[in-house]
Amino acid sequence: MPQQIANRLAKATCRIILGKEHAVRLALACVLARGHLLIEDIPGVGKTTLAHVLARVLGLQFQRIQFTSDMLPADIVGVSVFDPREAAFRFHPGPVFSQLVLADEINRATPKAQSALLEAMEERQISAEGHTWPLPDPFFVIATQNPTEQIGTFPLPESQLDRFLMRISMGYPDPAAERALLAGEDRREMLARLQPELQAGELTSLFAAVRQIHAGPRLLDYLQALLTHSRQGAGFALGLSPRGGLALLAAARAWALLAGRDHVQPEDVQAVLPAVAGHRLRAADDAAQTAEQLTRRLIEAVPLPG
Amino acid sequence: MTEARLRPDQAGWLIGSAAISLAPHTLHLPPAITAICALLLTWRTFISLGKGTLPHRALLVGLAAAVVGLVLLEYRQFFGKDPGIALLAGLLSLKLLETNSRRDGRAVLLLCFFMQTGQFLYQQSMLVAALALLGTTTAIGSLLALEGHPVAPQLRIATAARLVLQGMPLMLVLFVLFPRVQGPLWGLPADAYSRVSGLSDSMTPGDMARLSESSDIAFRAAFAGALPQPSERYWRGPVLSRFDGRSWRAGLSSTEARPGYTPQGIAYPYTLTLEAHNQRWLLALDFPGEAPGLHYGTDFQLMSAEPVRNRVRLSLVSYPQTPVGLSAPPRALREALALPAGSNPRTQALGTHIKETARDAEDILEQVIADFRQRHLSYTLNPQPLGRDDADSFLFDTRQGFCEHFASAFVIAMRAAGVPARVVTGYQGGELNPVDGTLVIRQSDAHAWAEVWLAGKGWRRIDPTAASAPRRIDGGLAAALPGSDRLPLLARGDLAWLRELRNQLDALDNRWNQWVLGYNPARQKALLAEFGVANADWQTITALMGGACTIVMALLTAWALRRRTAADALDRSWSLFCKRLASAGHPRAAWEGPQDYADRVSRVRPELADTVNRIATEYAHLRYGRAGIAPAALQRLKHSIKNFHPR
Repeated sequence: MPQQIANRLAKATCRIILGKEHAVRLALACVLARGHLLIEDIPGVGKTTLAHVLARVLGLQFQRIQFTSDMLPADIVGVSVFDPREAAFRFHPGPVFSQLVLADEINRATPKAQSALLEAMEERQISAEGHTWPLPDPFFVIATQNPTEQIGTFPLPESQLDRFLMRISMGYPDPAAERALLAGEDRREMLARLQPELQAGELTSLFAAVRQIHAGPRLLDYLQALLTHSRQGAGFALGLSPRGGLALLAAARAWALLAGRDHVQPEDVQAVLPAVAGHRLRAADDAAQTAEQLTRRLIEAVPLPG
Repeated sequence: MTEARLRPDQAGWLIGSAAISLAPHTLHLPPAITAICALLLTWRTFISLGKGTLPHRALLVGLAAAVVGLVLLEYRQFFGKDPGIALLAGLLSLKLLETNSRRDGRAVLLLCFFMQTGQFLYQQSMLVAALALLGTTTAIGSLLALEGHPVAPQLRIATAARLVLQGMPLMLVLFVLFPRVQGPLWGLPADAYSRVSGLSDSMTPGDMARLSESSDIAFRAAFAGALPQPSERYWRGPVLSRFDGRSWRAGLSSTEARPGYTPQGIAYPYTLTLEAHNQRWLLALDFPGEAPGLHYGTDFQLMSAEPVRNRVRLSLVSYPQTPVGLSAPPRALREALALPAGSNPRTQALGTHIKETARDAEDILEQVIADFRQRHLSYTLNPQPLGRDDADSFLFDTRQGFCEHFASAFVIAMRAAGVPARVVTGYQGGELNPVDGTLVIRQSDAHAWAEVWLAGKGWRRIDPTAASAPRRIDGGLAAALPGSDRLPLLARGDLAWLRELRNQLDALDNRWNQWVLGYNPARQKALLAEFGVANADWQTITALMGGACTIVMALLTAWALRRRTAADALDRSWSLFCKRLASAGHPRAAWEGPQDYADRVSRVRPELADTVNRIATEYAHLRYGRAGIAPAALQRLKHSIKNFHPR
């Protein structure tokens, strides 16, 4: 049962990332919907650990790229070097050739370096020196950024944010979780011992299962009502694009799978809406409004049909 | 208030509908009208593509006047089927040029629907029905396009096709139960029956050869038992006894309600489906026994009371061995001996010569046949041009002719020899369709032969063509003609696959004729009698039709409402549940999903948790689940909610 496998994954991840069940489930849903994930939070809350754990439990190859302001595109995609023995240039693949890439502090790099990664995310292939190299399949990018530091950073523009299926934040753990964290084992050791939860082919079947999750006419009615309100309703300067709508449905399907259902319910849409729509919507009036408040406003403005 | 302008896709649908509605009519519209319609449609297409604007009203009025003038020029009048259709076609194309609102679009589509009906004024074949169905579906698609948002054309056509399918039961009821009158329902104009080919009541050399170039079906015969030999398949038509030196015409003859002979010998029962030919005579194997509603000519033609304007079905029994005309009236014999003086002198001299040497009439007959045979006359569709005296040129000069030349020359010779003789026209042979076992007789099977009267033996059939080209009688036209002769494509011997295909189509067409077009008042009555409504008059049939239509509409409506009512019932139950929880102090927010609501209520009212969760889960499953609203589950949920009384 795909639902059980998904649940197993969530449990395994939550054993290491304590007290962050919702964020973990969102991250998993994002991966199962084959989307890229942006984690936005202050340092030290476990962003990197989450990416590590996901790579481990899903059994994916993992590469970490630390973004810096002096980074060049070649540092990401790879570089052609002259090989004197063959008397020809040979392409040396960069760290992006991996199934799960952690792009740490992506907003520290220049737009040029950022766009090299973002293009890879969109095309799922690398073009350099007149050749095209396909990226591994599956290919996920988990990018992190620190929203509080503003000096010396290059915030991602809307068009680039749109390429991330979800944007989540972790937040501080609650006291009980923090206590367990303090009292418990070293996370790094636990991570090293962690075994993949998936057998060969199971991830592919999970992707297929997500696509098979039923979204009935009433659910689509509701989804469309949400999209329409985000575009026409008062309080929104920028609504959800058709791509945003598709992202919302895909994420809701993955969430329904994690919830153990074979169909999407409005709750699933509402659960993923902050993560999926938060970085795509812009408020009309109060610029200081958080994504959480903005999406809450959208959910509460649209009644369920029927 | 001005109505919204047409979107490009709507204009496209309208132009497409008009084109599909007009296309089948190009077969009978004059080329000038077709060209104008095509031009106007192309112009409108360019306008809808943004190249140019709709023409000024004055220009349109001028164009309309031109179209009307052209119709008048073509037909010299406005009344009748052809000018009417031509006018409609022109006006439909013109209407498109001033159409820029939904209201005008609806008018265009009304004309399109009318053009579908117009097709049936010309033909009622299966192909036409299919074309009309296609046109109707497209027009319905256009109606949808006028009212709805733009969607992909294939989706729109799918919706239209679904609507047409939903209309099918109603169509069947109307077809089966609509009170039928004999003949066409409305008074068709006189030109409705033009362009029907077939035998005529006179024969001039060349007529038969022209007819044999047509592969149109004359009639079909389905035999109940064995088929007669090919050499026995003489389908008797008009009998021609008057000769004016060039043409043969029907002689004096009256009709009676009973045959003037006593049938005897082998009997062949068969059903004959005769295509409309606008004449009173029917065709039958020699010699049909008595049947109700038929008239029998004194020259042994089978006649109907009215000209055959529609396809008719006859159940006949023929007795080929019956002797006829044993006691022929003297007037008929006199007519069968008359020859205009001075025509075909050489043929007449031949007859007179044989008469001098012959012992009796039978000897004359044998000698004339022998004389014809020794002349080595050849049988061809395209004889060399004959002189003024056709029979003379044929017998003595060119020696090439078609069946009418053989028959005509033979009868002249016999008359000159003093033996009463006349020409009989009809069809000979026919082709067996192996698909449904019917014998198909085409216009190309038209034939002319002779009849001579011998004292004590009556009228005897003599086929002079058979003497020279026996294969015409045994093997059909194609076998008898030299390969160089032009023949209708389908009458040729090779091209087996084409014939097979033709046979299949023909059998299908026959079924269509029998069951759809041949569904006449008698069949309707018979069908109703099978369902226990004996002797239904039109009032009964109308009442039945009204009742059946009501039932069909009710069923369709119920079917359409079923899903909706199931959804409504589910909604009502869920609202009741929410209302009861609201009065218990836990209203549901309008945006709140069922599961979240149940979770929230469960947290504050743990004692209700089980019930509330169960109901919410069940509701969510029915509402959003893959299986849809299963009636049994809906009943269970309704029951649970009815018994749910939180405090």
